[in-house]
Amino acid sequence: MSATTAAPSDERLAHVSTLTRLLRRPELGALLGAVVVFTLFAVADQTGQFATMGGLANWTSVAATTGIVAVPVALLMIGGEFDLSAGVMVGTSGLLAGLLATEYGLGLWPAILLTFAFAAGIGLINGWLVMLTGLPSFIVTLAMFFSLRGINLGVTKLLTDTDRVDGYDSAKAVFASQFGSGFYIAVVWWLLITAVATFVLTRSRFGNWIYAVGGDKIAARNTGVPVRRTKISLFVCTSMAAALVGIINLVRLRSMQAGQGVGEEFTFIIAAVVGGCLLTGGYGSAIGASIGASIIGMAFIGIAFAGWNTDWTFLFLGVILFIAVLVNTYIGRRAQGARK
Amino acid sequence: MTTTEDGAVTPALQLKDVSKTFGSVLALRDISLHVDPGTVTCVLGDNGAGKSTLIKILSGVHQATEGHLYVAGERHDFTSPREALGAGIATVFQDLATVPLMSVWRNFFLGNEPLTPLRTLDARKAREVCREELLNMGIDIRDLEQPVGTLSGGERQAVAIARAVHFGAKVLILDEPTSALGVKQSGVVLKYIRQAKQRGVAVVFITHNPHHAFMVGDRFYLLNRGRLTNEFVKGKVEREELVQAMAGGAELEALAHELESA
Repeated sequence: MSATTAAPSDERLAHVSTLTRLLRRPELGALLGAVVVFTLFAVADQTGQFATMGGLANWTSVAATTGIVAVPVALLMIGGEFDLSAGVMVGTSGLLAGLLATEYGLGLWPAILLTFAFAAGIGLINGWLVMLTGLPSFIVTLAMFFSLRGINLGVTKLLTDTDRVDGYDSAKAVFASQFGSGFYIAVVWWLLITAVATFVLTRSRFGNWIYAVGGDKIAARNTGVPVRRTKISLFVCTSMAAALVGIINLVRLRSMQAGQGVGEEFTFIIAAVVGGCLLTGGYGSAIGASIGASIIGMAFIGIAFAGWNTDWTFLFLGVILFIAVLVNTYIGRRAQGARK
Repeated sequence: MTTTEDGAVTPALQLKDVSKTFGSVLALRDISLHVDPGTVTCVLGDNGAGKSTLIKILSGVHQATEGHLYVAGERHDFTSPREALGAGIATVFQDLATVPLMSVWRNFFLGNEPLTPLRTLDARKAREVCREELLNMGIDIRDLEQPVGTLSGGERQAVAIARAVHFGAKVLILDEPTSALGVKQSGVVLKYIRQAKQRGVAVVFITHNPHHAFMVGDRFYLLNRGRLTNEFVKGKVEREELVQAMAGGAELEALAHELESA
C-alpha cells in the first residue's frame, strides 16, 4: 500500500511504460509460450509438414475443437466458476443428436436444434444448482460429469451411419466441411467464438459483470450487478459450446462413441489457464484461452510429426500447464508489483 | 435544500422510534435520528452497540420491527438494498465496495455502465467521466487502467465514495471507512467526506473513533447497547466530552483504575 495521493500526476504517469502495459495483458505469457512451442516442433519435425499450410490445417483442427469450448470455459473461470461436465457434454450432445436423427428419425437439423436446447438446459441446471446450494461449482459439475457419463453408457455405447439421415449434407457444410489446404470449418467457428467472447469481455456491460462476479461476488452484488443471472448465463454458454463440438464431431466422424469428450474438461481448463485465467477468478482473456488451445493443438500434432511416441502427449501438457502457471503468476506479480 | 413551511430543513433521512428485534434479542430500541442535507452525521458506538444493525436498516438490508424511515419527509419501507439505492441512499461497505482485480474506471461504473447508441460499453466516456469525478473529489489517480487492488486503502474508499456521489446519492452511508486505515490515509478519507458534504450530500459516518468523528461531524449520535444515549451538535461539544461519552465515562475510569493497580 502506498500513500502518495498528494503527489502530482504527470510525473507518475510516466512510470507506466509500454512494457508494463504489455505485461498487464493476461495473454502475453501464452503468446510467448506458443512461439516457443511452435519453434520447438518446427525444428523437431521429421515430416517437413509442420510449418506448412497443411501442418497448420492439421493442428488448427485440434485447436479449434478445443478452443470452441475453452473460450467459454475461460469466461466461466473469469466469472469465478468451473465446469467439469463440459468434456462429457461433448459426448452426450453428439449421442443425443445422433439418436434423435437416426433412431427417432427426426432429421439432422431438428435433432441439432433439440440438442442445443438440451445443452442449454444442462447449463441452466449446473448454474442453478451452484447458485441455489452455494456448493463449489467444482463439486456440482463433477456430479453432473458422472451423471452424464453414466447416462451416455446406459443409453447407447456406439452410434454409426449418421450420414444416412435427412439433412446430412447441409449439416456437413455448416459443421464439418473443409476448405483451403484442408482446413476444417470448425476453425471458423472457433475464431468467431473467440472474437465474440473478446468483444463481450472488453466492450460490453455483461463483460464488466463477468469480471466483477469472479473478482468479488459481494462487491458486485453491492453495486447492483445481477450475480446469479451472470453466472448462470456463463454455465449455459459453456454447455452449448460443448454441444457445438459434439455436433461437429458427430457430423465429421459420421459416428459417435459414448466415451467421447471424457477427459477433455481438463484440456479446456488447461487451455484457459495457459491463456492467463486465474483459478480464483476475476482475471483472464478469451484470446488467451484460444492461444492456449493452439498450444494444445500444436502439441498433439507436433509430437506425432516429430516421430515421438504420442503416449507422451499428456506429459507434455502437464509440463506446459505447470510452466504456464509459473510464468503467469510471475508476470501478474510484476505487472501489479511494478506499480509501487 | 428543501425547507418546510416553518423554515426548518427537511431531513434527507429520518428514523422515528425504530426498533429491531432478532427473535428474543433486542438489537435496537426506539432509535430516532435525523440526517440533514449538506451535513455529516456521525453515529458512534463500540462493538456490539448496534451500529451494523442500524446501517442495515438504513440501507434496506434489514427491515425495522417497529417505527419508520423517512426519506426527504416521505415514509419509505425498504425491502431491499436496491430500493434504498433507488431512493438515493448509497452505502459504502468497508472493503466490500470494489473489485480488486478490475481497473479503476471499470469499478467506478460497475453496475451503471454507460452505453453507446449501439448498446456497447462506452469506454471512452467512462474514462473521461471517471477521471473528472475523481478530480472533483480531489482524488488524483495515476492511471485509470490500474487494478483497484493496487490502490491504497484510502484511495479505494475514495473511489467508492466518488462513485456513490456521482450516481446521485443524496444520502451517503459510510460503514467504518477509516477503521482499517493508517493515520495519514484516514485523513485522506476524512477529506473526501468533507468534499461530499460540500456537494450537498447528507453523509452518515459510522465509526468507533471519536477523534475522526469530531474532525468532520456536524451532529453526533452515541449508540450504546442498542439505544441512542447521547446527541451532540458541533460547537456545543468538546472533543474530550465526546471521547468520554463514547468510552462510557465511568466505565473507562474503572478500567484505568484496574489497569493501574494491576
